[in-house]
Amino acid sequence: MSVSQSTGGPVSIVTKDACVDFPIFDAKSRSLKKTVVGLVGGNIDSGARIPVIEALRDVTLDLQHGARVGLVGHNGAGKSTLLRLLSGIYEPTRGVAEIRGRVAPVFDLGVGMDPEISGLENIMIRGLFLGMTRKQMEQRVDDIADFTELGDFLRMPLRTYSTGMRVRLALGVVTSIDPEILLLDEGIGAVDAAFLEKSKQRLVELVERSGLLVFASHSEEFLRQLCDTALWLEHGRIKAQGDLDDVLRRYGGQPL
Amino acid sequence: MAAPPKVPAVLDPVTAPSISFARAIDDLRRGWQQRSLWGHLGWQDIRQRYRRSVLGPVWITISMAVTAVALGILYAGLFDQDLDVMLPHVLVGFIVWAFISGCIAEGSEVFIANEGLIKHLPAPLSVHVYRLVWRQLLFFAHNMIVYAVMLVFFPQDLKWTALAAVPAIALLALNGAWVALAVGVITTRFRDILPITQSVVQLMFFLTPIVWIYDQLVNSPNPAIAERARLAEFNPFLHFVEIVRQPLLGQDQVWRHWVVVLAITVVGWVAALLVLRRYRSRVSYWV
Repeated sequence: MSVSQSTGGPVSIVTKDACVDFPIFDAKSRSLKKTVVGLVGGNIDSGARIPVIEALRDVTLDLQHGARVGLVGHNGAGKSTLLRLLSGIYEPTRGVAEIRGRVAPVFDLGVGMDPEISGLENIMIRGLFLGMTRKQMEQRVDDIADFTELGDFLRMPLRTYSTGMRVRLALGVVTSIDPEILLLDEGIGAVDAAFLEKSKQRLVELVERSGLLVFASHSEEFLRQLCDTALWLEHGRIKAQGDLDDVLRRYGGQPL
Repeated sequence: MAAPPKVPAVLDPVTAPSISFARAIDDLRRGWQQRSLWGHLGWQDIRQRYRRSVLGPVWITISMAVTAVALGILYAGLFDQDLDVMLPHVLVGFIVWAFISGCIAEGSEVFIANEGLIKHLPAPLSVHVYRLVWRQLLFFAHNMIVYAVMLVFFPQDLKWTALAAVPAIALLALNGAWVALAVGVITTRFRDILPITQSVVQLMFFLTPIVWIYDQLVNSPNPAIAERARLAEFNPFLHFVEIVRQPLLGQDQVWRHWVVVLAITVVGWVAALLVLRRYRSRVSYWV
């Protein structure tokens, strides 16, 4: 059982038989009372057992520098959980995950940003969270402001932003900081077509420079532009892994 | 008997198992390296709380001054004490208590409150703890303005030993960190601990000599009161409050208090490290 991040050296993500099991604490089993009663009464079976959702099963991956992986699968197949496993947020409950390289995730876009502070301040905080220094971020702010096209809105509190504007902000930050491992969740589809085109350009460049991309999306077109291999998840397991066209064909041919 | 396991010279946090001291200590170390992050967030928290108010963080100072002065006057009357004695005592006690109770009350929900960040950005858990203690230190600094103003109206016989307040508050911060870490992890798993912690903190305010003076009750002519007051020695908070308050009021230092606080610091950090080693990797699953 292991997972971590480090910087320096070659960029890679290696997992072996990694599993992610979520304990689901309902109101009863999450309280101390239940566990104490369960222990004292010796009635662990019915009282203290916690239902578990097996979100990922035996995921074995070997992603090295240059990998551009598209992640496909139906809703609830485990795509977002896998991205969190690869970012080091979830450490596998069983198995191994070793992450080498600086990770920049773009997941659910509203979360992790403070709605009460301005876009500029959110850019700063996000950058600091992703391992940048304050000085490095100050140098990049203009570039990010340019790219996001948010203009004076950057001085407004984030709560005044639309979803698409938040996506612009988040994409602006991760694409400006040269991450080694870029993890994108499907939410980035919320931006308008013109901006999507513009960010594709930037993402392609970034992927060429940076080490590793894993991108979860339902858009075949977008996947083809950014990725060369694909990973198909179903019920938390890897169903297929390999050449993008190959996997997409099999995935598309699947009856729902 | 098996040979003792070899300890590698440099523990590689990438390959160390999830449950290991190497990973727990690595979390604390990497969190510390991100000082500019939690330093920024700590300030942000304070500005955030008073956003759109005209006086801003000055409200921290004002509300502390109002509460401490009102309580000082009230309890000087109730206990038939000199205001010159009671007001500085209550004021400094209250400032220290604000720090202690802030660390515990906010510490008990340090991970629950940061659920969004924990689930969306990979960062060491200790970042959230450092941010909390730093924020409480900033509150403390704002409150020390009240102390400075008090010195003008109620001059204290300060000696060079007043400087002992600096290591004392550093010790309090060190303890705030382990409390937040250990209690924060436990409450994330068992949500019932949260209201328990908060009511215990509230109760401890009255059991700690803040609005009453320990020495006077212990030396009370009424033996029943003296007997009862002696029990306060078992209250760890008494020692934490005294190591800061005594130097700030120019009183003689009592080494017993320092020894107790140091012992609690060591034991507490050992406990917190054990909790962090075992449950660090579970927190993102639990929040």
